[in-house]
Amino acid sequence: MSYKEIIAKYAEVPGGIIEAFHAVEKELSFLPEEAIAEAARVFKVPAAEAFGVASFYSMFSTKARGKNVIRLCESAPCHVAGAAEVVAAIEKELGIRMGESTNDGLFALEFTECVGQCQATPVITINSKPYLDVTPAIIPNILAEYK
Amino acid sequence: MAEEMRIVLRNYGKIDPLNIDEYIAAGGYKALEKAKGMNKIDLIEEVKKSNLRGRGGAGFNCGQKWFFAYQTNADQKYVVCNADEGEPGTYKDRLIMQGDPQSVLEGMAVCGYAIGANKGFIYCRGEYPYVVDILNQAIDQAKAKGVLGDFDIEVRMGAGAYVCGEETALIESIEGHRGEPRFKPPFPGVEGLWGKPTIINNVETFANIPVIVDKGGDWYAAIGAPSYPGTKVLTLTGDVNNKTFFEVPTSTTIREVVYGLGGGVAGGKKFKAVQIGGTSGGFIPESLLDTAISFDAMSAIGATLGSGAVFVMDESRDMVDVVSKITKFFEHESCGKCAPCREGTARMNELVGKIKGGKGSAADIALLKKLGGVMSIACLCGLGQAAPAPVLTTIGHFAADYEDKLV
Repeated sequence: MSYKEIIAKYAEVPGGIIEAFHAVEKELSFLPEEAIAEAARVFKVPAAEAFGVASFYSMFSTKARGKNVIRLCESAPCHVAGAAEVVAAIEKELGIRMGESTNDGLFALEFTECVGQCQATPVITINSKPYLDVTPAIIPNILAEYK
Repeated sequence: MAEEMRIVLRNYGKIDPLNIDEYIAAGGYKALEKAKGMNKIDLIEEVKKSNLRGRGGAGFNCGQKWFFAYQTNADQKYVVCNADEGEPGTYKDRLIMQGDPQSVLEGMAVCGYAIGANKGFIYCRGEYPYVVDILNQAIDQAKAKGVLGDFDIEVRMGAGAYVCGEETALIESIEGHRGEPRFKPPFPGVEGLWGKPTIINNVETFANIPVIVDKGGDWYAAIGAPSYPGTKVLTLTGDVNNKTFFEVPTSTTIREVVYGLGGGVAGGKKFKAVQIGGTSGGFIPESLLDTAISFDAMSAIGATLGSGAVFVMDESRDMVDVVSKITKFFEHESCGKCAPCREGTARMNELVGKIKGGKGSAADIALLKKLGGVMSIACLCGLGQAAPAPVLTTIGHFAADYEDKLV
């Protein structure tokens, strides 16, 4: 589905621009400039305002990124549970740094704040699916699911 | 010895959350039926009498809040459930919504009847798409059964902004805007979502409502601490043996939580500190562990109950290291609308980083104290007002961790 078709589905939802952006990201993994301009037109707000919404929320990316978004929690409970070692292991496994995407477009690597799964820290999410009690040793197995 | 008491989590693990028949068989929706047979003002009085105070962290009297919206005349009113659970170390709202979603819908419907609203929204954080699915299924089932009557509920998803837990920022986000808090007054009870009277309560607050209607305000008011009665769902994280959740009466002490239910500090190490209420909560030393977790008892020691997150740290933890993660968090999550918070959180993170890096001086600590004092008064919303608490309480209770690093 094109971003135009996706956004059109939310045209009648009051305040639906955020829902529309979620739907576009699900398809494209980020919000292209044209999609933000289209949303501004559909929801009858200035382009600056639509861009303001897109850039405000941390789950929205206005830059192209990998298809599978890996987010590593860096809040205090994950921090004291060894999140830094998990970060190092994933960076090594994918050969990229935090904030970057792999060349094959398969993975994007980002920090996040708490994802609310603190019973089993450290936690990472891939496309919002949580992985619990993550250790450097199990990283390759987790990533294999998405290759 | 502290014991659990499950009111909010009364059905957790006992019923299939995706089968409304099991909720109804467990007594569900009887409270809504009873509420609808009551005069609205009597219903609000009953909630007021329970002295239930908001479980999202602010601790405002729930029935009083409902009364404001009730007495405001409008062609449309709204009920909003705040499910934007974002305090690090907190997952109690997720547990409630995953384990017993109908209890939240029923609480919202009772509120809708009381204030005269036929439309509700649940604003669920973007990190919980799997909870959004559960809520939508629960709403579909409730509509199919007809239990909600003419009360409609819609789920909206956030997109990763801690500040949207602030009620007016949350309203802005539902309206499709950046999640920046509004100036108050007007309060949402008078002018909220799309300018209409709106009640915003936390997930845990709503989940308490059916039980209060069913058993009466007096019954509830007698549980736990009199000034903040009932129970609180706590989530334990960090260096504690039992990293899990408990629901306890609000008269339970911190020591009972950490050493009783929590099983004490992990790995046989010594206790150093506990931070309660999420990342904006104060750090509490050993000497204050006999404080009850209730809202006012916590306020009295310069701490908060907040969301009920309990983050335990052992003797090996450096407070400046932990606090540096927290100041970074607030710099990132400040929405930027007001200068004291936008600039204050950034400078605070800079100063703590300087001290952590071994380049700070006693003057930097004095500056942190002054900055924290200004922010707690001058910031527009709770985010900026609470942001200095971890810094100020660690400087107060764990000064040595800072002093060791000074030039």
